[in-house]
Amino acid sequence: MTDATQNIGTTSGEGQFGDYWALLKPRVMSLVVFTAAVGVFVAPVSVHPFVAMVSILFIALGGGASGALNMWYDHDIDTIMKRTANRPVPAGKVAPGEALTLGLWLSFISVTMLGLASNWVAAGILAFTIFFYAVVYTMWLKRWTPQNIVIGGAAGAFPPMIGWAVATGGVSVESVLLFCLVFMWTPPHFWALALFMNNDYTNAGVPMLTVTHGKRETRKQIFIYAVLLAPLAIGAAFTSIGGWIYLTAALVLNAKFVWGAWKLWHRDEAAAEADIYKDEKAYFRYSLVYLFSSFCALLLQAVWVKAGMGAW
Amino acid sequence: MALKVEHELHKRRFGRNLGVGLLLVGFVAIVFGLTVVKVQNTGFVEGYDHVARPALIPENEGGN
Repeated sequence: MTDATQNIGTTSGEGQFGDYWALLKPRVMSLVVFTAAVGVFVAPVSVHPFVAMVSILFIALGGGASGALNMWYDHDIDTIMKRTANRPVPAGKVAPGEALTLGLWLSFISVTMLGLASNWVAAGILAFTIFFYAVVYTMWLKRWTPQNIVIGGAAGAFPPMIGWAVATGGVSVESVLLFCLVFMWTPPHFWALALFMNNDYTNAGVPMLTVTHGKRETRKQIFIYAVLLAPLAIGAAFTSIGGWIYLTAALVLNAKFVWGAWKLWHRDEAAAEADIYKDEKAYFRYSLVYLFSSFCALLLQAVWVKAGMGAW
Repeated sequence: MALKVEHELHKRRFGRNLGVGLLLVGFVAIVFGLTVVKVQNTGFVEGYDHVARPALIPENEGGN
């Protein structure tokens, strides 16, 4: 007989700490932390550094909670998709019920603590964000309409708005523009990914635009959204959060984003398959650079203005 | 056959418990820090118990 304990493998309910951490989608949380921090910092009202730090932490935790709820609900299709098959629930490291419990508790803790740390407007928007991502996007839109990414993208667009609300206690045209920046950026970003991950979505029966309308239409839609994004992103330069630093960055970044989308639209599918979607992958990577750089430019602009240099 | 006391399962549980413990300590530190910041940023606070409160005395009665 071999070691009697040998058969005790990694079963549900016995995941490591890292498995529970992975449920919170740390990479998405890092984006939430960054965009929310920019929202707090560019706002015209200063916040105590500790309150700002704690608020950003709980905004990120709220984002993580919605990630856990997403993994609970989507574990059936996550098993099918290559990209998500190693997530803790489909991999059998964490039971679906545990993911649900963790998601619900973290939602409650993050919203309550954000309300106590900053204000209840910010907490209310965070609660709505979690609801929107977990219920509206994950449970409803994702498996129902090819517009899933478009409408669901709102969930990822709220963090800078929440950051702004932490500082100001409200919503303004600037925070709406910050929201629009991420909201309009999301479709080109995800559809570029869908162009070269199409098989995953097809196998899982997720009605991504590439599945329902084909890659040709998806390429066109990427271009349309890139064009619609540009005036919103550049327009933010002429509000209280803008200035010549941000304007310069927005002009360069958006010109490249639109030009890249134009090239993707006019790219032959056979050529894309021949080079294993090299340009599509490059555009997907650039979309990340685009968002990061846009928010960095806003941050730099705010530092510049707060140092007394003036916006223009 | 010797029975293994320390199984891989125990190590996993220890790691998980340690992580939860550290998170709880962090949470307490955050609540404490927030309390300190909120109290420091609160305006002038007067005690109510058995002392005269100058702020409640009307100006024409208070002499100034």
